[in-house]
Amino acid sequence: MSIVHPQPLRLARQYKLKWETTQNAYVLLYPEGLIKLTGSAGEILKRIDGKSSAPDIINALEASYPGVDLKQDVIDFLEHAHNKGWITRD
Amino acid sequence: MTDSTHSAQPGPLWVNAEITYRCPLHCVFCYNPLNYASTFDKELSTEEWVRVLREARELGAVQLGLSGGEPLLRDDLEEIIAEASKMGYYTNLLTSGIGLTEKRIAAFKANGLDQIQLSFQDSSKELNDFLSSTKTFDLKLKVAKLIKQYDYPMVLNVVLHRLNIDHIEQILQMAERMQADHVELANSQYYAWAFKNREYLMPSREQLERAEIICNQFRERLGNKMKLYFVVPDYYSDRPKACMNGWGSVFLNIAPDGLALPCHEARMLPELAFPNVRDHDVRSIWFDSHAFNAYRGNSWMPEPCRSCDEKEKDFGGCRCQAFMLTGDAANTDPVCSKSPHHTLITDQVALAQGSRAADDQVRPLIIFRDDKNSRQFMQ
Ligand code: SF4
Ligand code: SF4
Repeated sequence: MSIVHPQPLRLARQYKLKWETTQNAYVLLYPEGLIKLTGSAGEILKRIDGKSSAPDIINALEASYPGVDLKQDVIDFLEHAHNKGWITRD
Repeated sequence: MTDSTHSAQPGPLWVNAEITYRCPLHCVFCYNPLNYASTFDKELSTEEWVRVLREARELGAVQLGLSGGEPLLRDDLEEIIAEASKMGYYTNLLTSGIGLTEKRIAAFKANGLDQIQLSFQDSSKELNDFLSSTKTFDLKLKVAKLIKQYDYPMVLNVVLHRLNIDHIEQILQMAERMQADHVELANSQYYAWAFKNREYLMPSREQLERAEIICNQFRERLGNKMKLYFVVPDYYSDRPKACMNGWGSVFLNIAPDGLALPCHEARMLPELAFPNVRDHDVRSIWFDSHAFNAYRGNSWMPEPCRSCDEKEKDFGGCRCQAFMLTGDAANTDPVCSKSPHHTLITDQVALAQGSRAADDQVRPLIIFRDDKNSRQFMQ
């Protein structure tokens, strides 16, 4: 089941993404802990809003970073996030 | 404050506020310190909690666990939640559910509580009530309904051990019936009360393997609909857990009496005079106190950790476990197969493979967490 699919993605219910100025990073929070995200992971996850699909997110990122070929990296990360259960598509 | 020595070490990210050690339950695996009753007459006030949470938030803390004991026993929990969520914390209540009425959950929701983690001892009323030494099973089922009704994700927590691990299938069926989103099935870790009961709580390898197979079947069938975490006891591993992600690295535990600790269990370490939030602000505790710096980073490490290329991965394991088992908190966690004390672990594991004594023989030997026993440990 590929993550590249027209259905929108959303964060799983028990996860929450927050921008933290003191940490200068996005933090992903879940019941038993938290992860401080790297810049690119934060950039991708913040676009997951329950309306955008993976292709939408790739397009949006490509528009923000013209000339950079980031499609595969984004797909890899989204697949990773999906396997971890951070994001779902239902 | 502009002390440049602080720049390498970020502030805490995660605060666990143990707001009381009082608890209506008496779990056999309870992780509260044995002498928890010594905190009863010294609990922090509402104003003190709010100040501490604000100080930690200013250093960048974002995740807040409200735990205990049973945090619902504090009738200022509503107020603490409201203040914490105004500060921008992600607030998480860890509860046995006892005392969670509809009135209270409605107030928590209105005050911004983000999440509730509900613990069960077993899927059966009989064993749940035995393991917690209370009659609480039906109450917990009611609370599970309330959690759903108030549109919280259902986060279920069941501590596994020798006496309940064979019920894993029923436990997971119960979780499924409750429409749990997230299920933590962590084996009991052998600290505090669970350490006292270690030989009755440690499952055999065969029990673990069976449980894992069943977990995997549920995982395959339910996928991400019900996220399932199964954690085996670290005694069954040959590398230690990356305890707290490193001492004084992200986690700050505040005990009911204001003691600031790098983990839940650290109170047991005799050589470190842990600072109290009544005497110091969180900034100086986190950055400057001897206790929080004692095992930070890796310059304190003896061999075999010192020259080991895995030290960034596990930080040499757990200081409390090293202390409990070897008498010196600076030793390599004996769970590691490179530790000269590793046989302390393997001997115990070997013992757990023996034939299982009948439940009715084991039950009278177990030490329950209760105030009377705790007062005895205070002496
Ligand atoms: S483990 Fe049981 S007895 Fe200990 S604090 Fe939690 S609910 Fe109370
Ligand atoms: S020797 Fe120390 S650092 Fe190396 S794996 Fe064992 S516990 Fe970890």
